Amino acid sequence: MDLSLSDEQKQLQEQAERFVRDKYAFDARRKIAATERGWLPENWAQFAELGWLGMSFSEEDGGYGGGPIETMIVMEQFGKGLVLEPFLPTVVLGGGMIARSGSKAQKEALLAPMIEGKKQFALAWLERQSRYNLADVSLKATKEGAGWSLSGHKGVVYNAASADHIIVLARTAGSAREPKGLTLFIVDGKAKGLSRRDYPTQDALRASELTFDKVSVGADAVLGKVDEGFAVVEDGVDRAIVALCAEATGCMDAINAATLEYIKTRKQFGVPIGKFQVLQHRMVDCFTNAQEARSMTLMASLKIDDKDPVVRAKAASGAKVQIGKSGKFCGQSAVQMHGGMGVTDELSVSHYFKRLTMIDLMFGNQQHHLTRYSNLAMAA
Amino acid sequence: MDLAFTPEEQKFADQVRAFVKANLPADVRDKVKNGKHLGRDDYMRWQQALGKKGWLVYTWPKKHGGPGFTPAQRYIFENICAEEYAPGIIPFGTKMVGPVIYTFGNEEQKAKYLDPIRLSTVWWCQGYSEPGSGSDLASLRTKAEKDGDHYIVNGSKTWNTMGHWADWIFCLVRTDPKAKPQEGISFLLIDMKTPGITVKPIIMADGGHEVNEVFFDNVKVPVANLVGKENEGWTCAKFLLANERLGIAAVPQSKRGVEALKDIARAEQDNGRPLIENKSFAEKIADLEIQVTALEYTELRVLSSMAHGGQPGPEVSGLKIRGSEIQQRLTELTMEAVGEYSAPYLPGLLWQGTNEAPVGPEYAHLAAPRYFNTRKTTIYGGSNEIQKGIISKMVLGL
Repeated sequence: MDLSLSDEQKQLQEQAERFVRDKYAFDARRKIAATERGWLPENWAQFAELGWLGMSFSEEDGGYGGGPIETMIVMEQFGKGLVLEPFLPTVVLGGGMIARSGSKAQKEALLAPMIEGKKQFALAWLERQSRYNLADVSLKATKEGAGWSLSGHKGVVYNAASADHIIVLARTAGSAREPKGLTLFIVDGKAKGLSRRDYPTQDALRASELTFDKVSVGADAVLGKVDEGFAVVEDGVDRAIVALCAEATGCMDAINAATLEYIKTRKQFGVPIGKFQVLQHRMVDCFTNAQEARSMTLMASLKIDDKDPVVRAKAASGAKVQIGKSGKFCGQSAVQMHGGMGVTDELSVSHYFKRLTMIDLMFGNQQHHLTRYSNLAMAA
Repeated sequence: MDLAFTPEEQKFADQVRAFVKANLPADVRDKVKNGKHLGRDDYMRWQQALGKKGWLVYTWPKKHGGPGFTPAQRYIFENICAEEYAPGIIPFGTKMVGPVIYTFGNEEQKAKYLDPIRLSTVWWCQGYSEPGSGSDLASLRTKAEKDGDHYIVNGSKTWNTMGHWADWIFCLVRTDPKAKPQEGISFLLIDMKTPGITVKPIIMADGGHEVNEVFFDNVKVPVANLVGKENEGWTCAKFLLANERLGIAAVPQSKRGVEALKDIARAEQDNGRPLIENKSFAEKIADLEIQVTALEYTELRVLSSMAHGGQPGPEVSGLKIRGSEIQQRLTELTMEAVGEYSAPYLPGLLWQGTNEAPVGPEYAHLAAPRYFNTRKTTIYGGSNEIQKGIISKMVLGL
C-alpha cells in the first residue's frame, strides 16, 4: 500500500498546473467560453502533444500505460481552472468505453486518432423521462438489412456539436427500463437523419438535444454486444463519475482559496471579516469538506479498476455522494461569505458555484447515489 | 500509488492476525464484542501480551524501542486489532506521555519510564484540565513551588480518565505565576502513591465511573520528575495534544461499529420486515458508512505524509472533529435502531457484569448509555470548537 505520487505523476501534476495557470486565467476563460465552439482547438492540440489524451490507455491501445490516478491528477487541475475543453466526454467516456469494449477495427479507426487529438466524442444516454436511470431508454434501434435504424430523442448531450462520433444508447429489445436489451451504437456526428439543437449550459459548457429520424448505421457501429450495452454504459459512467469527482475537488480548492482570501481582506465593522469566529468556523467546515472530497476521490480512483463490480459501483457512488454534499457546502458557503459580490457574474466564485452545482446533477445527484450505495452496502 | 498490500505487508497482516487470535484472552474478546465494560486487569492482560511482542507502542520509532511500523503496517495493525475485538490501547502512557518523554526527557527519565510503558507494567493517567480551565487550558492554576530538590504541588485536576487505576500521573503545573499564561507552565511526572493526592470519582450521565477529580495537597515531587525545561511545559503540552488527536479519530472502531449497527438493523423488526429494509433508515447507515470511508482515507493521507515528515501537523484537528462526530452519529443511529427497548436501565448488568437477564436483546440496554457517554467525544481532547480555532489559526491563517 502506497498513497504517494510517483515522480512521473508529480511531473504530470506540475504540467497540468502550469497549463491552467498559463491558459485559464479567469478573463481568458471568459473569452474561450464566448467562442463558437466553446473551447480552443489549440488547447486540444496541446493536450495531444503533452500526451494527456492517451495517458490513461494501455500501450496496446496506443496509450501511455497510465490509469485512473493520471486522470484524477489532470481533472483536479481542470477543476481549478474551470477548463472547458471536452476531456470528460471525449477521453474519459468515449475513449474509455471504446478501449474497454470496442473491436480492433473500432479502436484503430477511433481510439488511435482520438489520442492524436483528431477525433472527439459524446455520449448520448439521457432522455427526457430518464432522470438518473441509465436503463430508462426508449430511443429505438431496429434491424435494417445488415445494419440498424435509430429513431428517437436524446437530451443534454455534452459536446455533441463538436463530436465526430456520438455513442448512442438505444433499445434493441426488452421493455421500458429493462437493463437487458440495450445496445450502444457509434454514430457519425453528421449522419443523415440526425438533427441537433445546440445550447450553452449553466456552467458555460456546450450540450445539445438530439433527434434521430431513421438514422442508418452498419452492423459494425455496435459498441460491444447487441442487447448487452447496459453494463458497458454503467461502467463507463462510473468511471466518468470518478473523474468528475476529481474535477469537483479542484473546484472546491479554488473556491475555498478565493473565499479565504476574500475574508482576510474584506473589512466590516473596522476589521477583516475573517476575524469573526462565526465565519472562521464556517471556513474551517469548508476546508474539512474539501479534505473529505479529496479523500473520497482518491479512494474511488484507487478502486475503480477493482475486479469486483460491486466494489467499483460503491466506490463511484460513495464518492459522488461526498462530492455532492461537500460541493454544495463549499459553494453555498463561498457565495454567502462573499456577500453580494458572491452572486455577481464578475467574480469567479459564482462560476465555480455553478460548476459544482451542475456536477452534483450530472450522472445522478447526491440522493440518487446514496440510494444506490445503500442498496449495495446493505445487501452484504 | 497502490491500495493493494505488498507481499511483505500481506505477510505482516497474517502475522498480526495470528498473534491477536493466539494472545487476546477469550473473556476480554467477548466483553469487547458485546460492548461490556472492561476492568483494569482486562486491559493489562492484553497490553502486556502486546508489550512482550514489542507492539504495544506501535507508533514509536525504532530508536526509542518501538517497532518502527510503516504507515501501512500501522493501518494494518489497528484494523486487525479492531476486527478481532481487541480492546483499545489505553493512550496515556503509549501515545501521550511516552512520546513526550522520548522527545523532551533526559537520559535518566528515558531509562526509568519508557520500559514500563512499552511493557505496560505501569498505568499512566493525565492531569491537564482543571475545574476552572477547560477549553482555556493555559489558564490552569495548579501550582508547583520549588523547595530544594522538590516541587510542592497544590491544586486540583479534573476529567482525569481512569486515574483510580493509575500508578502515575503526568501534570501541567504552573511554575511561574507572573509569566504570560503559556510561559509559566511545566510538565511534571507524579507518583500517584505520593502523600497528599486524593482521587474522587465523577459519576457520568450513563451512571458509570471512568473519570475523576484529583486533588493535590502539599504533594512533594522530586525536581528530577520535571520533563523538559521549567516553564516550557506548554511545548510538551501541544506536542502531546497533536498526538492525542490523531488517535481519537478511531477509524477502525467506527468501521467495526457500522457493521455492528447493520447487524442490529437486521435483527430489529419494522412493520414485519427487518429494519435494514427500511429505505430511509438504510440510507442513514449508508451515509454514515461513506463518512467513515472519507475519514479513513483522510487519515491514510495524513499517515502517508507523516511517513516522510515525522510529527502530525495541525491538520489532524480535522480528523478529531470528523472522527468524534462520526462516533456520536453511530451511537445515535444504534439507539434509533433499538427504539424504545433502549429505555430499560440495568446498572448491575451494565457496570458490575452481574448475571441479571437483559430486557430484550443483550445489545438493547447498552444503546442509550453509549449514546449519553459518547457525547464526550466532541468535548474531550480539546472541544471541536477549539479544534476549529486551531485550524482557523494554524492552517487557514485567520
